[in-house]
Amino acid sequence: MLEARLYLLQRASAMLLVPLLLAHLVMILYAIEGGLSAAEILGRTRGNLLWAAFYGLFVTAVAMHAPIGLRNILREWTGWRGRSLDFATLGFGALLLGLGLRAVLAVTV
Amino acid sequence: MQDTADREEMLTVEIWRGREDGALQTYRVPRRESQTVLDVVTWVQRNEEPALAYRFACRVGMCGSCAMQVNGKPRWTCRTHVSRVAENGLLRIEPLANLPRIKDLATDMAPFFEKWQGARGRHEPTRTRHEPMAPVSSESPARKAANAGIECINCAVCYAACDVVGWDENYLGPAALNRAWTLANDERDADKAGLLQAVSQSGGCHSCHSHGSCVEHCPVGLNPTAGIAGLKRMTLAALMKGEL
Repeated sequence: MLEARLYLLQRASAMLLVPLLLAHLVMILYAIEGGLSAAEILGRTRGNLLWAAFYGLFVTAVAMHAPIGLRNILREWTGWRGRSLDFATLGFGALLLGLGLRAVLAVTV
Repeated sequence: MQDTADREEMLTVEIWRGREDGALQTYRVPRRESQTVLDVVTWVQRNEEPALAYRFACRVGMCGSCAMQVNGKPRWTCRTHVSRVAENGLLRIEPLANLPRIKDLATDMAPFFEKWQGARGRHEPTRTRHEPMAPVSSESPARKAANAGIECINCAVCYAACDVVGWDENYLGPAALNRAWTLANDERDADKAGLLQAVSQSGGCHSCHSHGSCVEHCPVGLNPTAGIAGLKRMTLAALMKGEL
């Protein structure tokens, strides 16, 4: 049952994103307020498996959550249905995952 | 005599005439005490517009056939008093939203009832008529949940009020899903798996946004949103157990 699976996946990824997003926001505030330079940030993230796992999980959850929501919006507001929409959703998810993991690799490797 | 006529309070009533490409037509209708919107429509049909098409049957809020849009909101017209809904003496009466129009105030209810079938809204018995009746405790949580939803009169007010029905023609809608919820909680129903599959299709219970318009407008005070949320929980539990 595709709809029930997508519903479950979107809720589960949302539950995962809540703490991850809060931690991410706190991190941004800490880095800005503390006046960390780009070099200092990279110094802490490069080679750090914990940050790689944290942001790897973050972008994976985003890549699952956002396309499912976008699929629903497109279905309701444009009338786009069927396999073509499913493939477009998958493509959007893959794009988000690719861009996200590329960014994660850039700051952790 | 002329003075009496001048003093008589009148309503300005706009009524939809025609099909999709029709128009509102204005009538002047005498205001009466305890007058319902259905009384107003009937007055127009009997005195001004004999060809006016509309539906009603019981006139006491049981049959669910007289629902119309009144000043933009879906209502059961036989139990809606003019005093509650008229805005500065004006009533605008249109056919129910989200359904094809047949003529004037009569809509084609077929899509609404087809969706009851789509949600597997029929009882699948566990016993034949030759076996004794199943004992069902009125105190069990499942029976209480079913009882909370079974007074639906099929008026389609919730269907007309639902935003998701307007956006997605496949969406089963609050009434059909509420019916499915009552069956899902009926221990005499033999095909729970089939029911959960029916409500998990595209346009099923997972499409509901929980806006609550159905709850807001249901004339008999049901809460289809709660039932749909219950179906979401039930389908997810079945999915995780590998039963869906």
